[in-house]
Amino acid sequence: MEIPYTVEARPDTGLYNAKVGIWLFLASEVMLFGGLFSGYILLRVGAEPGMWPHGWQNLTLGTINTIVLALSAITTLMAWVACKVRQFDKFKFFHACTLLCALTFLCIKLVEYHEHLNHYEIHLTDGTIADGDMVQNDPTQDHIVISGRIVTDEKLLYDLRSQKNIEEKELTIPRSQIQDMQSYGPWHNNYLALYFTLTGLHALHILGGSVVIAYLWGPGRKMWKKDPERYTNRVEVSGLFWHFVDLVWIFLFPVLYLT
Amino acid sequence: MDERIEQFPPYRKAETHGHDDHGHDDHGHAHAHPGFWSTYIFSPDHKVIGIQYGVTALSFLFFGLMLMLLMRWQIAHPGQAVPLIGWFLEKMLGETMAPHGVISPDLYNAFGAMHGTIMVFLGIVPLAFAAFGNYVVPLMIGAPDMAFPRVNMASYQAYFLGGLVMFISFFIPGGAAQAGWTSYSPLATSIPTHGQLFWIIGMILLITSSLLGAVNFIATIIQLRAPGMTWMRMPWFVWTQFITAFLLLLAFPPLEAAAVMQLMDNVAHTSFFLPTGLAVGGHLANISGGGSPLLWQHLFWFLGHPEVYVLILPAMGIVCEIVANNTRKPIWGYKSLVYAVLAIGFLSMIVWAHHMYMTGMGTVISTFFQATTMIISIPSVIILTCLFISLWGGSIRINTPMLFALAFLPMFGIGGLTGLPLGFNVSDVHLHDTYYIIAHFHYVVAPGTIFGLFAGVYFWYPKMTGRKMSEFWGGVHFWCSLLFMNIVFMPMFAQGMAGMLRRMADGGANYSAEVNSRAGGDVIGGLSPAMMSLHTPILWGAICLGIAQIPFIINFFWSISHGEKVGDNPWQSTTLEWQTPTPPPHGNFAITPRVYRGPYEYSVPGHDTDFTPQNEPDVPTPAAPKVPTPAH
Repeated sequence: MEIPYTVEARPDTGLYNAKVGIWLFLASEVMLFGGLFSGYILLRVGAEPGMWPHGWQNLTLGTINTIVLALSAITTLMAWVACKVRQFDKFKFFHACTLLCALTFLCIKLVEYHEHLNHYEIHLTDGTIADGDMVQNDPTQDHIVISGRIVTDEKLLYDLRSQKNIEEKELTIPRSQIQDMQSYGPWHNNYLALYFTLTGLHALHILGGSVVIAYLWGPGRKMWKKDPERYTNRVEVSGLFWHFVDLVWIFLFPVLYLT
Repeated sequence: MDERIEQFPPYRKAETHGHDDHGHDDHGHAHAHPGFWSTYIFSPDHKVIGIQYGVTALSFLFFGLMLMLLMRWQIAHPGQAVPLIGWFLEKMLGETMAPHGVISPDLYNAFGAMHGTIMVFLGIVPLAFAAFGNYVVPLMIGAPDMAFPRVNMASYQAYFLGGLVMFISFFIPGGAAQAGWTSYSPLATSIPTHGQLFWIIGMILLITSSLLGAVNFIATIIQLRAPGMTWMRMPWFVWTQFITAFLLLLAFPPLEAAAVMQLMDNVAHTSFFLPTGLAVGGHLANISGGGSPLLWQHLFWFLGHPEVYVLILPAMGIVCEIVANNTRKPIWGYKSLVYAVLAIGFLSMIVWAHHMYMTGMGTVISTFFQATTMIISIPSVIILTCLFISLWGGSIRINTPMLFALAFLPMFGIGGLTGLPLGFNVSDVHLHDTYYIIAHFHYVVAPGTIFGLFAGVYFWYPKMTGRKMSEFWGGVHFWCSLLFMNIVFMPMFAQGMAGMLRRMADGGANYSAEVNSRAGGDVIGGLSPAMMSLHTPILWGAICLGIAQIPFIINFFWSISHGEKVGDNPWQSTTLEWQTPTPPPHGNFAITPRVYRGPYEYSVPGHDTDFTPQNEPDVPTPAAPKVPTPAH
């Protein structure tokens, strides 16, 4: 038994099966991220005035990641073109670059996550709030050390963009003065919940795409010798997915970093 | 081997070209000596997967029915131990859930939530869409298999895992999910059981399964139609599966997004759906707050309403095939049916908030969704009307599939028409969350969809096994099911209009006039003794409905080896699935068929049989027209 149109295009649709499949899959992905983005809109619109964070992200790292992904989109395209003109060495080079970009992106993402999770908002018994990166949190000691500042109004912590030159210094806080201490994880507020969920899901997509590309680059390349056209189709289909994942980031970056 | 296939011109000789070194040789080896595992368990063959889906889904349907029987007992006899199996419940589910065999309110809630979940996501969708779609659609369009056979296999495996996760959740401490099949937050997140976590993970697996299935179905229908099988020559069943696949593809992901957010609420302690100031068990919850319970409802019903059409459309498609086949005449208004199902597919995406009139989301939004809800009833009525008119003037053949198909029409009609008062937000205020709703949607889904599915099982069984199921026991199954379905669901309309709310573990006893009168003069009225006493006939109707399924189960297995042997086309049908050997071999068609005509050419004047298969060439015999006019 042979299933028709696995390699060559069906004349009346002009597409091979997998290309129809991947576009349908991407349509469903649009709805998945669409559901999450609609959640973003509803929660942001419903937030209390002044309580939606601005400027909480590391813009430098975010920009680098955007560029890294944009580069990977180009190399993915070039890899497919190399397959089309049957230059397998070029394909190997370009898709190695794609994988490198993906790895870089994920590493930077981890650094960003670490920055958030190491950042603490500490409510003190005197009613003020200490806020900053944890420097020392040794359970045997009766105090902790953070690098940050003390504010009286919580709203000051939310809009960081309008405050220039925030002065940060090392603060030693006795544990007896701590009323409540919470890191900037997804539990901290809805913005961070959305941030971790959206970027986490996106990172999972990057990971999934990388696994597929790594497979094609590694053990999957056996097919190149047997059936280069089918192999090229596989590269194209995985490339379509990769471009979609890049596109999601193009929406995530302004929505989470710039506004 | 059907000789008719052989004589039609082949468009492609599968063995001579195309099968060279295109990387399919591994495929060939796998089937050289197929063992048990690769033939029946890990098979990429769409027919095997269809049967796997069918048997699993029928089992889950039966399990869901059992849960319902336990709930009906609790409603009719609140606080009394379940007879016969009470000890078993206590042993399996623990003393807190079923003390001394009595169904605790928590257990009742778990059964309620899981009955809905199992029936919808593990029973009907897999049976209607995945089982029938898998088995029948590729055959109907003349394809050798689905476009992505291995994805198809993965789809079943994800479904099976999802079902397993759901099933296991009954036995964990705290029991299964208890927040209804809709899992409204914050209730779903506040109940102290990990059952909800199991529910979410199970749902994510099931959504993945539907997604893989939907992509596969659409790609198959777009790409693998046999030559000559134009869009308007497709049997209407294929159209319904096509639209259903689109609904699954586009409506399920928002629920997946919602499930991910609820998972985060559960695991990472976010507050997507938890509002500020939420109190759980009398204490302020330790959450950041600011979430929106409405967001869950919007995302859930954005799936939930298209889901209703996912449930009903395949059943309509099955009924349409059977009606055309057994009236021996073309279906009336084929094009209207196609356009109606397209319209339903589109409109079903914009009616979801009619489930939410009582949430206070605003009158303007309510008005919009009320309008779209009324509009979507038009294509539904068109479909039902076309099927009814098709009966007109037909010489109707009565057999078991036709009995179920005929019963589908009025039963679905009752379900549909009783939905109109729910679609108007004014009358919905009174009827919302009462037994009226239960009666309404069960008429749509139980004597509606499930009857359609039974019709399909009886109809395609000969294609799967080469034998017919017993007509006599089929008749017993049908008449008993029809009678007891109505005994179960008809009284609920009255109970609902009298104000009996759903989801009450004691069946409303606490709000009955009897209890109220004991409370003294402060409380007047309540559910009348007449309404309360309806619980008993419903319970017995439900038990008899359960018993009525036994002939079906026995018939189903007995007929595999003992049923009446039949040929390749026992119903004398026109569509392509009957023009292959029975049961179809791996690859379905010996030679890819060519399609020359529409799907319902029954009783064509001048044709020697009363059915003209789709793959029969137009010109009867080349010799006939050449005969010169008779000499005088």
